Amino acid sequence: MIRIANAQVWVHDQEEALAFYTKKLGMEVRADASFAELGDFRWLTVGPPGQPDVAIVLMTIPGPPLMDAETAEQVRNLTAKGFAGTVFLTTDDCRAAYEELTARGVEFVEPPEERPYGIDSGFRDPSGNSIRLTEVREMAGL
Amino acid sequence: MVVPPARHLLRAKDLADARYAEPLGVDDMARAAGLSRAHFSREFRRTFGDSPHAYLLTRRLERAAALLRNTDRSVADICCSVGLQSVGSFTTSFTRIYGVSPTAYRATFPPAASHALVPTCVLRAYGRPQLRTFREDKHGSHV
Repeated sequence: MIRIANAQVWVHDQEEALAFYTKKLGMEVRADASFAELGDFRWLTVGPPGQPDVAIVLMTIPGPPLMDAETAEQVRNLTAKGFAGTVFLTTDDCRAAYEELTARGVEFVEPPEERPYGIDSGFRDPSGNSIRLTEVREMAGL
Repeated sequence: MVVPPARHLLRAKDLADARYAEPLGVDDMARAAGLSRAHFSREFRRTFGDSPHAYLLTRRLERAAALLRNTDRSVADICCSVGLQSVGSFTTSFTRIYGVSPTAYRATFPPAASHALVPTCVLRAYGRPQLRTFREDKHGSHV
């Protein structure tokens, strides 16, 4: 059986991302390990309490020789432009989560709104990654 | 860590996506990015491909098109709901972009169109119409 373990987002600054995902989103640190022999590479993952088997990897955009400088700059810009990807989160109470996160300083691009599939909202992490927060409606027959 | 300049421009784009319903303009977008208006407009176009004015207008038209498809609200009401004041200008812009008037556009969709279960962020991203020539761009006064 294949299961999802981690999915990765690019971040411009791991400390800034860590503070956002833990202090503002309320996630917990799952792994935080640095490796001197790998050029101080830091494996940093976070995940929501109550869902221990899935985590988000907060990955620094590497430099040469792993990624050439031009590509790194492209990835940095793609992330800053908001085109690097989206994390889709679900909650059982989107409006309550919105209030809670807003109080912690999360700036929503889209406040909760009714959609055919539930109540949907969206915001960004400090690097520009899009994050959706959706209360999914149970659909009969699906 | 220096924040890439595009991240500031993304704030302006997000502002247009979030508050299109309000009387928002390019000046507000430039402020959100922390840049002078002229510099902002140039950088926004270079980064995202459209002028901020065109981005904001096409976002409003995309939202209007969705309301025409999914509600029975009047054209004037929808025009106001997406942050545009003049129904005449709205109709002109809409017709230029979609090729048909708002009323004719609505008539091409069945009233009880079934809603696809596609996230709204996807609908918005893919539904925003392609820029066509705007008078404002020709004169260069609102780019």
